Amino acid sequence: MGRYFGRKLLIYALTFWVAASIDWMIPRFMPGDPVQSLLSRSHVTPEALPALQAYYQNLFGLDQPIWAQYANFWTSLLHGDLGRSVYLSGTAVTDVVMGALPYTLGLLVPAILLSWWSGNKFGAIAARRKVLDNFFLPIGYILTAMPYMWLAIIVAWLFGSVLGIFPLSGGYSYAMEPSLTFDFAASVAGHWIMPFMSLFLVMFGGWAIGMRNVIIYELDADYSRYLGSLGAPSGLIRRYAYRNALLPQVTGLALQLGVIVSGALVTEIVFGYPGIGKLLLAAVQNQDYFLLQGIFLFIIIGVLIANFLVDIAYVYVDPRTRVGMRGGAA
Amino acid sequence: MSLQISDLRVYYRTLAGDVKALDGVSLEIADGEIMGLAGESGCGKTTLGNSLVLLDGRMKYISGEVLLDGTPLPIADYEAMQELRWREVSIIPQYSMSALNPTRKIGRMVDELLHSRGRQYKELRAELLRRLELVGLSADILDRYPIELSGGMKQRLVMVISTLLDPSLLIADEITSALDVSSQKAVAQTLVEFRDRKFVRSMIVVTHDVSILYQISDTLAIMYAGRLAEKAPTGVLMEAALHPYTRLLISALPEMGSRFADKRLMGIPGTPPSLLNPPTGCRFRTRCPLADAQCEEQPPMVDVAPGHAVACWKVT
Amino acid sequence: MTNAAAVTNPSAPTESVGRRREFLYFAIRRPKVLVSATIILVFLAIGIIGPIIRPGDPNAFVGPLASPPDSTYWFGTTTFGQDVFAQFSYGVRATFLAGFLGGSIAAIIGMVVGFVAGYTGGVVDEILNMITNIVFVIPTLALLMVITAYLSARGIVVEALFIGLTSWPWAARAIRAQTFSLATREFVDLARISGVSSRRVILSEIAPNMSSYLFLTFILLFGGAILIAASLDFIGLGPTEGVSLGLMMYNAVAWGALPLGLWWWFLPPGIGITAVVGSLYVMNVGLDEIFNPRLREM
Repeated sequence: MGRYFGRKLLIYALTFWVAASIDWMIPRFMPGDPVQSLLSRSHVTPEALPALQAYYQNLFGLDQPIWAQYANFWTSLLHGDLGRSVYLSGTAVTDVVMGALPYTLGLLVPAILLSWWSGNKFGAIAARRKVLDNFFLPIGYILTAMPYMWLAIIVAWLFGSVLGIFPLSGGYSYAMEPSLTFDFAASVAGHWIMPFMSLFLVMFGGWAIGMRNVIIYELDADYSRYLGSLGAPSGLIRRYAYRNALLPQVTGLALQLGVIVSGALVTEIVFGYPGIGKLLLAAVQNQDYFLLQGIFLFIIIGVLIANFLVDIAYVYVDPRTRVGMRGGAA
Repeated sequence: MSLQISDLRVYYRTLAGDVKALDGVSLEIADGEIMGLAGESGCGKTTLGNSLVLLDGRMKYISGEVLLDGTPLPIADYEAMQELRWREVSIIPQYSMSALNPTRKIGRMVDELLHSRGRQYKELRAELLRRLELVGLSADILDRYPIELSGGMKQRLVMVISTLLDPSLLIADEITSALDVSSQKAVAQTLVEFRDRKFVRSMIVVTHDVSILYQISDTLAIMYAGRLAEKAPTGVLMEAALHPYTRLLISALPEMGSRFADKRLMGIPGTPPSLLNPPTGCRFRTRCPLADAQCEEQPPMVDVAPGHAVACWKVT
Repeated sequence: MTNAAAVTNPSAPTESVGRRREFLYFAIRRPKVLVSATIILVFLAIGIIGPIIRPGDPNAFVGPLASPPDSTYWFGTTTFGQDVFAQFSYGVRATFLAGFLGGSIAAIIGMVVGFVAGYTGGVVDEILNMITNIVFVIPTLALLMVITAYLSARGIVVEALFIGLTSWPWAARAIRAQTFSLATREFVDLARISGVSSRRVILSEIAPNMSSYLFLTFILLFGGAILIAASLDFIGLGPTEGVSLGLMMYNAVAWGALPLGLWWWFLPPGIGITAVVGSLYVMNVGLDEIFNPRLREM
């Protein structure tokens, strides 16, 4: 077990190191001078220009040798200092991102968990009944082929604009201030439901189709046939098949994390939801490179943690991994 | 127990049409008899064995009757057969190595399986352990996952599980094919022991390896291209086979002590016919040295001696 | 938008000999393949023919503002009076191009890494595996947004290049696994004994036997690339010139199509992407059933 997790942690650490290094390298190796391009797009008076230039030079550390820059980068990183956001007039990037993070997590975590659980259940049921299967299969494929932002647009349009049930944008009513009141909570919930639904639906389609395919495969496996030959009722066979089908679905979760995160980001943009996605768009549009890089690192860390959690979950779900670790006898 | 199979036909559905894998076979098995069912790959022996227990998705029952102890065995009716599976008819499948759920401990699987069939693990546990010991498996195997076992261990385990409820009829499907020679002998002898100890009443042992059957079976039935060629007590068949196919088959077997400078091992030239559109008449006639125009009509199964039946115009 | 590998992973190839006729026979008769191929071809045709019958800058302001579809402007106009259909047909072109190029680049990298890792084994395999895992875990969009943000002028080729450089890992893994199993077969040993070089063994013995698998993998990469490109375009990190379906969607949202109910602006691009990607997925399943007869349901 130690070896398994040790290996995983090594890969994650390496990945983080590579990703962070790429993050650091890009502005320095892109064509042109990053400071100049920052300056040319910032709207400052000519008088302020030299001061700003000196500030940026210092910030990027371009006056120092490369290795020193790199070392500085890591030092500040490990201190939790991701630089300062230009577009938000100097607020620390870390603070900015942390402010938006709860909204994104509030969308992502329930959407992932619920869609995974219900998608799997539904896919298993669909595999059983031919009628349901024929009806559901095309829907499932359509759902999973839809770009996240487009479904978000449709949901927003239908329920927000056409039917007018839910608000079209924002994390809570613009007339309110965050407070621990019921009204505020209700407002948050009302604004949350549509982005959540749209994320949920796309993922649900994917899990359901995946599970359906895997279950069909498992129901056809030798151990299922053997149970059938011994007269086991279909309930038992299906239970075993479902249990075994969950394994690739758990690994699938890890594989999908990158895609799911992207999906959440664009969904937030459609709904103007004050999470990391909206922040990202602002960073791109304002060419706020520090904010952009900070978001990138946050996403990387988040995805790595999530991967690790899935790895832990997998060990629980597949007993064979535990066997391999304690050394089986022949 | 007695088993009577009359003119059983089971076909396979394929996109190109029906494959007539089992095309009119009649057999009888007496109480306590071990019948060997042998033939080339694709002759229908596995289909016959499996159809008595579970018709899988692609198999289609066409016609024929099976009587177990005088009452019809409803092989075409999945639900009706549920009651009888494992209790009355059971099978040691061809895929024993992968027949166990990889993510369940053996003991737990047996427990859940028994529970689903209305039996209590507690009441059978002692007997289970006894039988495991009989085949040379220790009790702690119940605490293991299938991945921890070797092929031979899994084979023996499946043998024990399949016979745990003391079925009247056991089908053993190619159970020695994946084993080395000494394991083969051990497994074959275990089968006989199961019969002698009355864990099982009668057996059909399906294999392409006739030499194993020579060791353990009371009667031998040879199948070819979906039909029965010959059936006789083992000794009779080995010494005095009548059907040309059987004789060629047996002469293709090496004997202990024979020197190969003296005798050539003869294979049978040609290949079995396609079962999608089988030829009319005797299916062996394209490869048979004795065939002529008469063989264009299907020869019936004729008793030439008590317990010895052959389907060939030339020898009856 | 899914990593299609989790949804429709192509299964292992059977002994494939060039049975072209049998393939075509079944391909034509399988509605999945037929319907999906038709849909893809229809959109491809729109992408090719559309800009020909409506030439000119798709972003030009030509018509009445925000008007619904009618006989002149089949897909209506945007809030700025741009022809939605013109944008759509140019956008389809861009989408197909990005998807095809991105998918091809990813396929090539995936094949190289997968073949080498699967065939060579040993230390090379370990190293390639580690690289694959690292690139795998990094979320594509996050990486792409950082890279492309620094490029002031971007074209479709650059976008496709970056997509290809980041989405190859799952293909590499899958190809490696297949190569592994094929590399232990006798005909490969035979080639090796005859002194054929490794590169030739891979190219002339292993790859042809995996050709159906490689093709299916490419289809999935194609679909995936389209989705990634659409997301990038949506955030504004797509090509700086021209128009694409993702960009259309962004513009629609940014300029109030939602509260104004200008459905003809945001529905077509999404339908286009969904239809093409969905058809690719379904075609993948259909072709898989042909290549692997075991999967054909009775």
